[in-house]
Amino acid sequence: MSAWSFLLEHRGEILGTTAEHLVLVLVAMIIAILIGVPLGLLIVHRPALRAIALGIANIFQTIPSLALFGFLIPIPFIGGIGKRTAIVALVLYALLPILRNTYVGLTEIDPAVLESAEAMGMTRSQILFRVRLPLAGAFILAGVRTATIISIGVATIAAAIGAGGLGTFIFRGVALVSNGLLLAGAIPAALLALLADFLLGLVERRLRVT
Amino acid sequence: MHSPALRANGNSIEFQNVSFRPSGERPREIVSDITLTVASGETLALLGRSGSGKTSLLKLINGLLTPSKGKILIKQKATTEWDPIRLRRGIGYVIQEAGLFPHFTVAENVGLVPTLERWPRPRIEERVAEMLQLVGLAPEEFAKRRPRQLSGGQRQRVGVARALAADPPILLLDEPFGALDPVTRAELQREFGALARQLRKTIVFVTHDLREALLLASHIVLLQSGRIVASAPRDEFLQLEHAEVRAFAASLLNQAGEPA
Repeated sequence: MSAWSFLLEHRGEILGTTAEHLVLVLVAMIIAILIGVPLGLLIVHRPALRAIALGIANIFQTIPSLALFGFLIPIPFIGGIGKRTAIVALVLYALLPILRNTYVGLTEIDPAVLESAEAMGMTRSQILFRVRLPLAGAFILAGVRTATIISIGVATIAAAIGAGGLGTFIFRGVALVSNGLLLAGAIPAALLALLADFLLGLVERRLRVT
Repeated sequence: MHSPALRANGNSIEFQNVSFRPSGERPREIVSDITLTVASGETLALLGRSGSGKTSLLKLINGLLTPSKGKILIKQKATTEWDPIRLRRGIGYVIQEAGLFPHFTVAENVGLVPTLERWPRPRIEERVAEMLQLVGLAPEEFAKRRPRQLSGGQRQRVGVARALAADPPILLLDEPFGALDPVTRAELQREFGALARQLRKTIVFVTHDLREALLLASHIVLLQSGRIVASAPRDEFLQLEHAEVRAFAASLLNQAGEPA
């Protein structure tokens, strides 16, 4: 059976697994943004905390993904075999780009703009939501874009610990020496990454202050 | 300049033995024992070299800084007793390079305080157009632009329009024309002088340019190392004998002597 007809025949299953993969990445990204952006805000004026937070995020990012899974699985509550461990690992990977870009985006803002905002009687939350976050928006989104692409990649490996997703096809394809299975995992994973890159790039350009 | 009618509406600024020492590593006082009254409707120039404490003095007025000693009364009420948000919305603020919000249009920049104060939309639009006209920018041409599509002089005009939009009785300016080329600066100084006389607000501006102080202010205060070393109505300032006054006066002669 040719790889092409294999793909056509199993398109329903492939689509379902692609959706599963996407959910894994989306859940991880939402959690990573909810942690990374507030933490980025927090470290702007706290150099000691900044060094610790960026240092730890950097360590997670540097550990090879399979090794990180290896570390997480034995941990009670968050570990074990399955989706939960995979999501925790994806969050840890996504943290550094989001945290670093939030921090850089916020520090890049012209101090004169912040001084004006304060002098004009904007409250702290008005300055945050109407000035700081919008001005750092393009930077933050660039971080989210990088993190998303990394997550789509790492999520394929998460199949090794029973998290499901497109990696399932690839690992099975390697075991059974089946090109059809390999491509059933590889093609959607590649397309997903390219599409995410393209779409988030569009949003990023819209957020850029021109 | 100091007519009783102008004093009567009570938009005065009063420094009572004010010192300011920043928190943190450097314990040096930046502002030392300043006592000073700016009457309603008066235009005061805070003149001094870099590091003389003039910008800190300005920031003490709208509560961006808090005095470590003494107090500042705005409309007879200490800045520390004001709700800082209410205090600042009643005080226009213009800084060098304008500090415009780069992600807002010109209209959104000018309309910011009215928007924060929840004015109805049509009234904000009307006010924005009025303010742009006042600073010599045609609303239909400039309202929709972004700050980076403006020249330095135009940005500064927008900065002034933004500060005036909610009609605050007090206006603070920190070297408002400092970053402009000499020709544009002279033009804006002249126009601002006319505007200030027309608006009759209590104005405090910071400058290191004696010529600018003489052109715009009704009263000039000279600062050195955080202290007032000279204070006089504009017309009497150049007659003062203090060494720092003479130094500034000499710089005036040098400027005049420079080839154009």
